Amino acid sequence: MIGAPATSRRAGDRRPERPSSRSWRRFRANRLAGAGTVFVLVATLIAIFALPFSLSWFDVQNATTAVRHAPAVGRVVDQAPYAEAQGSNTPGSWFTWAGPAVYRVASWWGHDNLGRSVLFRCLLGFLVSLVIGLGAAVMSVTIGVLWGAVAALAGGRVDAVMMRIVDVLFGLPYILMVILLKIALEGPLIRLFAGRTQLANVVLLAVAIGAVSWLTMARVIRGQVLSLREQPFIEAARAIGAGRLRILFLHLLPNLVGPIAVYATLVVPQAVLQESFLSFLGIGVQQPVPSLGRLAADGVQAVNTFVGYWWLITFPCLLLVLTLLALNFIGDGLRDAFDPKSRTTLLV
Amino acid sequence: MTRRIFNRLVWGLVTLGCIYVITFLMVVSAPGNPFAAAERNMPPEVVRALEARYSMDNQAAYFFQFLAGAVRFDFGPSFQYKDWTCSQIIARALPVSLTLGLVAMLIAVLVGVPVGVLSAVRRNSWFDLTSLGFILIGISLPAFVTGSALLIVFAIYLKVLPIGGWGRISQLVLPALTLSLPFMAYIARLTRVGMLDVLGSDFVRTAVAKGLDRRAVIWRHAFRVAFLPVLSYLGPAAAQAMTGSFVVEKVFNVPGLGIHFVDAALNLDRGLIMSCVLAYSAILILFNIIVDLLYAQVDPRIKEAA
Repeated sequence: MIGAPATSRRAGDRRPERPSSRSWRRFRANRLAGAGTVFVLVATLIAIFALPFSLSWFDVQNATTAVRHAPAVGRVVDQAPYAEAQGSNTPGSWFTWAGPAVYRVASWWGHDNLGRSVLFRCLLGFLVSLVIGLGAAVMSVTIGVLWGAVAALAGGRVDAVMMRIVDVLFGLPYILMVILLKIALEGPLIRLFAGRTQLANVVLLAVAIGAVSWLTMARVIRGQVLSLREQPFIEAARAIGAGRLRILFLHLLPNLVGPIAVYATLVVPQAVLQESFLSFLGIGVQQPVPSLGRLAADGVQAVNTFVGYWWLITFPCLLLVLTLLALNFIGDGLRDAFDPKSRTTLLV
Repeated sequence: MTRRIFNRLVWGLVTLGCIYVITFLMVVSAPGNPFAAAERNMPPEVVRALEARYSMDNQAAYFFQFLAGAVRFDFGPSFQYKDWTCSQIIARALPVSLTLGLVAMLIAVLVGVPVGVLSAVRRNSWFDLTSLGFILIGISLPAFVTGSALLIVFAIYLKVLPIGGWGRISQLVLPALTLSLPFMAYIARLTRVGMLDVLGSDFVRTAVAKGLDRRAVIWRHAFRVAFLPVLSYLGPAAAQAMTGSFVVEKVFNVPGLGIHFVDAALNLDRGLIMSCVLAYSAILILFNIIVDLLYAQVDPRIKEAA
């Protein structure tokens, strides 16, 4: 990872390499990060292409598969409820020609104890988890970068007050904040989304988790801006009369891309994991909406009561673990690429 | 030194005050009424009497009333557990969470550190790769999955440990182990990285070249340096383990503070929510202060800077 050979550069090329392309080269040399990227991209593409099916089938209950719901390779299962669902929800040609085949593939993954397809719930749950993770990352980047940069640029008393606020919030236990924020924001958000409670709930989770994970970001960005501020090029910009906002957005932000990318990527798996805890405690996404954490929590309960329903826990957990590992690998890879001196990577 | 401790404690109290204000605002602005959810169709007089009993009718008065009580560690009645005051609930549940967290940290250090050292010494061996696998699983599997897996194996199939509950040492093993896994994984990986760094340094090479015993070089020379980052991780991690055991408590039915907090939040039990938050925050703040002071003792450079 560190000091990977410069294969992409021809000998005799004397121009100094741009920092961004140097980081990109280091990132590409990192095999685990590459594997993580490929996994996340492929899984996302599959989940998106399956979206028409998973959106209309994830909540379809089926009496036949509710009784005999083990994964069935090559076994023909009752298709009637699915036919009904496709008729009522999406009367598209998509379902008429691809539906039966897709449905057969789905039955290899088994059904849950209400007869709902595990595959479709997993595929939709993956997207829901990813959306919550990305939403939380966007949220925490926006607040954290602005907070840290403004504190560092303003300096003096404003800086002191802003950073004391961060200290106070650090004193609050993480998950307590999420729960409290969820309680406080629930009403306004549902009103904002005009009663679409399921969508509002997913957004609410992303907002609540994001609103508590910006603290580290703010500290890191403040430190970076404080050191950047003293550099000659900022002084030069100020000397030719650039305003504060211009300096912030045109001169400072491009130099902060590295730390922002690293922390944002590491917020995503954190948020996915937090969401799974909340789902387990009964305050995450609400039934029937799936998320990887929700599915794993449901699976754990099903296995606890009827030992033997292994597929209800294996498939969601496998997807959850692979997703979290992939995201962590990407984050670690980015950190190595942007900051080779850092020492807290998963692997050396 | 005394002055520093005093300053930190005062600042901790200020922080606690700010946390109280934030929590109060959030709880008060939360929609819904705890009585409406529990018992429907109550006559309006009863609702009014209940609201007066729990000071729901006047938010500003409640703010100061709770604060005045909290100073004397009297957090008032709980909505949900009618026979208990919040102080009694916390006095019973907090020691449970603290014990669980401390034992979990102990396990995490006792297992994580040797694993990290060994996998650094035998880099790329089968031991290193196996431990890496476990580390990755420990970091990315949620606690309710690992906990349930342990439960199924040790309590249901092997029947060597109880399923849940609290009071006996055997009932502590599985929850503490589950809670320790992510910390164990992180400690092992911190130790491994630190050891790899130190093992390549000059003074270790000199020690080996002098013909010192291999074990002595690893443990007495290299490990002492490599342990420093782990030491600085232990403080926040211990606080996190003691205040973040919600999930584990729920899986193993441990009567800790986490379960009470989640229930309180779901039932909008205002007094209990605020007392739980204050108890948790006080622990976090106290721990941060202790850790900072300890660092100053361990690392002279920090003492000079302060």
